[in-house]
Amino acid sequence: MRRNAVAVVGAAETTKLGVIPELSQIQLHADAALNAMADCGLRPKDIDGIACANETPVQLAHYLGITPTWVDGTAVGGCSFMIHVRHAAAAIEAGLAKTILITHGESGKSRVGNPPRSVHAQSLNGQFEQPFGPMGPPSMFTIPVLRYMKTYGVTEEQIAQVSVVQREWAAMHPRATFRTPITTDDVLNSRMIAWPFRLLMCCLVTDGGGALILTSADRAKDFPTKPVYILGTGESVETPMVSQMEDFTSSRAFRVAGPTAFQQAGINKNDIDHLMIYDAFAHLPIYGLEDLGIVPRGEAAAFIAARNTAPGGSLPLNTNGGGLSYMHSGMYGMYALQESVRQMRGTSPAQIPGAEISVCHGVGGMFAASGTIIFSNQQS
Amino acid sequence: MAAPGRALPQPTPETQHFWDGCKENEIRLQRCDGCGKVYFPPRPFCPSCGSRHVSVFKASGRAILWSYVIHHRPVAGFTPPYAIAVVQLAEGVKMMTNIVDCPQTPEALQLDMELEVVFEKQNDDITLPLFRPVGG
Repeated sequence: MRRNAVAVVGAAETTKLGVIPELSQIQLHADAALNAMADCGLRPKDIDGIACANETPVQLAHYLGITPTWVDGTAVGGCSFMIHVRHAAAAIEAGLAKTILITHGESGKSRVGNPPRSVHAQSLNGQFEQPFGPMGPPSMFTIPVLRYMKTYGVTEEQIAQVSVVQREWAAMHPRATFRTPITTDDVLNSRMIAWPFRLLMCCLVTDGGGALILTSADRAKDFPTKPVYILGTGESVETPMVSQMEDFTSSRAFRVAGPTAFQQAGINKNDIDHLMIYDAFAHLPIYGLEDLGIVPRGEAAAFIAARNTAPGGSLPLNTNGGGLSYMHSGMYGMYALQESVRQMRGTSPAQIPGAEISVCHGVGGMFAASGTIIFSNQQS
Repeated sequence: MAAPGRALPQPTPETQHFWDGCKENEIRLQRCDGCGKVYFPPRPFCPSCGSRHVSVFKASGRAILWSYVIHHRPVAGFTPPYAIAVVQLAEGVKMMTNIVDCPQTPEALQLDMELEVVFEKQNDDITLPLFRPVGG
């Protein structure tokens, strides 16, 4: 794909974030989609492509009144939206659609119109992981971390620092769920969930949604919003079973998706003005910083603890507070993309002055999948 | 650890040999006849080279503790806190399991400690492979 051939022209979250029992999951999608259409002056009849993950494109196209010539139902967990952006950019370049809507809505907290997750006993996960007592991501996504800690001599205190620093960013966002500053002791003394993970090292559980509208860079100039160009993209998957990761100190999917995006964008780590790394749990920014090649192996926890990614640091990371403090409905990637777009538009409550390149890196499942999008507000 | 209520596997045609092995107190792995790759979970072809010519063999039952968490929330069939572990078998593959005959504490559960398989019958169809410290 060519750099900057496609742009985000519409972006919005749901009207409310947090606890929204008055809306079912599909209506959270619709609320976000209508807000994104209003953001850029479009109506459903103007949309000819649609992508979503936890509902099908059939449901959303019908519900919103869209007649698509292109659909994408890629559902590989919380980074599905990064991958939708990548596929949408390719589709627009290939002429398969002109104006693509990517929606997400998730009743993760209130669970209205959101069927319960289940693991089928005949699946590989059901046969070879579920019998040993895991209960969802807090007891699974966290399993590799002890191996990482032993390999590199990383401490629980350093991992707790990830949560502390991100809360500082969340404090700047009026829509963040948790905004009160916390200390390392607060994190380490919070309720034990799955040692070494305490409650404050785990993401929130909330309701919400978000939507993006993409079109060609040429058409983007006709919209009222500041275009946010797609500079580079990458995607990959590794395994549905965390126990089967090739390397417990690194994600293969990260190591494929990230460099693919950097290569397409023609940038290196020194060009990054703003960075989002999907943080369902506190270790993910550590893995992400290393697998993206931004920080040497084993040094990311110390890099964060040294406040390099904190407000005023050299590499602003997760400036909405992340899944740990901003919101996390279950599939968080859409909210990371929204903050990248805000930063590129210059409208984030935690705006990085002069930021021109934003890297948004997502994880799906439990190290199962990855998608990376690099945005720019400069067309050349 | 093995109180009733634990989620149990339902074997499929591709995995039946593994669960049959557990009933006979053996871990049965697969090795590619072509490239020699040992792999898990079961499937009737080599995920490394794609060959359909693979053989089932009895593993040693020896492993080391690769990584784990100590879960503190209630799950049917378990009494918290309990470790959800991944072990690396002597043959090189990793599998999720529980560690038995050992305190469920960070002090007792040291990474790279040597383990041996112990089989725990759940019902007439399913026996699970768990692990305990060698000499423990």
